[in-house]
Amino acid sequence: MTTTANVIEVKPRKPWKATPTDRATTAFVLLMGLVIAAAAVKFTGLSGKLGFVFAFVIAATALEVFFSIRKYGRKALGDSIATSLIYVGATATFLPVASILLITLKNGVKGLRWNLFTTDMFNASFLDPIGNGGLLHALIGTLLLIVIAMILSVPMGIMTALYLTEIRGKGSNLIQFVVQAMSGVPSVVAGLFIFTSVILITPLKTSAAAGALALTILMIPTVTRTSQEVLLLVPGDLREAGLAMGATQWKTVATIVVPAARNGLITATILGVARIAGETAPLIFTIGGADKLNLNPFKDYQSALPFYVWKGLTLGTPESIQRSWSAILILLILVLALFTTARTLGGRRMK
Amino acid sequence: MSTTLETAPIPTPRALTTNPRTSDKIFRGVVTGFGMTALLILTLIGLFLSVRGIQTLHTQGFGFLTRYSWEVTQTDSGTTYNMGIGAMLLGTVMISIVALVVGVPLSIAMALFLTFYAPARIKTFLVSIVDLMAAFPSVLFGLWGFFVLMPMATYWAKLIFKYLHWIPAFNAPQYFFERSPFIAGLVLAIMIIPIVTSVAREVFAQTPLDRIQAAYALGSTKWGVIKAVVFPFGSSGVVGGAMLGLGRAFGETVAVYTVLNIVFKGNFHVLYGAGGNVASMIILKWGEATGDETTALLAAGFILFLLTLLVNLGANFIVRNTLKSGK
Repeated sequence: MTTTANVIEVKPRKPWKATPTDRATTAFVLLMGLVIAAAAVKFTGLSGKLGFVFAFVIAATALEVFFSIRKYGRKALGDSIATSLIYVGATATFLPVASILLITLKNGVKGLRWNLFTTDMFNASFLDPIGNGGLLHALIGTLLLIVIAMILSVPMGIMTALYLTEIRGKGSNLIQFVVQAMSGVPSVVAGLFIFTSVILITPLKTSAAAGALALTILMIPTVTRTSQEVLLLVPGDLREAGLAMGATQWKTVATIVVPAARNGLITATILGVARIAGETAPLIFTIGGADKLNLNPFKDYQSALPFYVWKGLTLGTPESIQRSWSAILILLILVLALFTTARTLGGRRMK
Repeated sequence: MSTTLETAPIPTPRALTTNPRTSDKIFRGVVTGFGMTALLILTLIGLFLSVRGIQTLHTQGFGFLTRYSWEVTQTDSGTTYNMGIGAMLLGTVMISIVALVVGVPLSIAMALFLTFYAPARIKTFLVSIVDLMAAFPSVLFGLWGFFVLMPMATYWAKLIFKYLHWIPAFNAPQYFFERSPFIAGLVLAIMIIPIVTSVAREVFAQTPLDRIQAAYALGSTKWGVIKAVVFPFGSSGVVGGAMLGLGRAFGETVAVYTVLNIVFKGNFHVLYGAGGNVASMIILKWGEATGDETTALLAAGFILFLLTLLVNLGANFIVRNTLKSGK
């Protein structure tokens, strides 16, 4: 008689975990769904990809319902229908993104030539084959727009966020509301506003700077809201510690709070840039759209990547549309790079 | 011992005050000033555009909001204007309804999937994808919508017409389904998915855990939990999210312009290839507009601004109240 014989090994039970039978059932349901859908397309009036998907969803849901009712009883009816609807919805949401990314890559790569990055359109027409001319002027234009918009909106956005998190004055609620309202201002309205308030009245005429002003209006809310989120994550202890050491509020904010939130504030800036890099509508009213490289941001017409895409699209010939695809691919790569950087930097706080 | 005590210098007591020091006063002043610029900008937008708007309402009357025509006639005696954005307002509402009807259920499904169904890895990946979608340039949606979605959506429209044409909204005066409000609405539906999904996800994630666990403990299925606990708690937040999406849909310009056939006629048939949109109409007419016509476009911009402002403020109010009640 040994003591070990009495010890019963108790394994924690996980009744919610899928058993091999469950997995087999799921695989069977999906497989049979495909078979039934294929049969439906072949032998009934349904046709095409749409018919196939439709038949598959119906068949798979019906089978799933059948098996779960056998296992769990009548209660499972609503649950399995809802589950399959939710899966269908999530897939339907994901598909357009995948399609957009793949098709942009496929169509854009066809037109990528080295000369795109080295020449402008001054000696070429949009209707020429893509070997002629390039989008250097648009690339430089976008960079100028981004830099000016950043110089204007980052201080404003971060200061507004500081007002909302550190000062919390009487106007906080109002400003919070205003920032939210501002994030809903349609981009076309921002363009119209800069046209009436700056281009018509002040000496600053159609130029990169005017375009950047319009983009600033769209960028401030993004920067403010993200910065605010980040600043709120800085522990209150740090602020109290600073004040308890005898520092003034200004010293506390400048040497403790802002450095603590630095990565997050950079993320806020990058997300703001990603938000405006692809804006087209405000530029139509403000930058004019040049075909020649223009390095002066305060004078003369300017171009930008989204504007280049827009122009190619509105002209509508195969050559100009090829230009659009290539330009949008470059713009998309820019946005993706910004987005990934923001994610990596802000990775820790993103849960 | 006593001598050392007497000779040690006694520090003067530090001045204790709750009054902010000069550096703080300057700091607070500067930051407050910057905080107020947002308010200033919004007010200026309203002011500058409303001045033009009033001018147009003065010359065109209130018919500007309801009239379906946009005519600029040049005669010897001068130019006469007969402009109205009724068709455009109608079209904007129609497209936005399509976008909401298609986009909101998809977003809710996605948000539920992310919160309650997805495994952790897929969740992180999909959350990034949805956020990335929000950063896609709108002209990209236009390009994709025109060359990829339109051929498919035209086919879907024909199917809907074939089987459901007895519903007045799905009827069409002619067999022409390209560049319809339906297709523009589909593009917009994809564009509003990120914002609606992220708001819905945020609200669903705030559902009190004890209530969810209580429902499971009572033997509920997952769908039962969602129906009995998550929806009643989060429904108003989802409504707010949908309204934020509506605000976005109202103001979208380039994508809609690309896929929509803008016609100054009242068209109530969603599938028929003729529609309107205030924002897109502004760029359509901008290039050739002069004089009073430009002013009228600015007035249209002002009305668009007011519309989106109202929708957005309402939406934010609802979302904030819901999120607060969860804490």
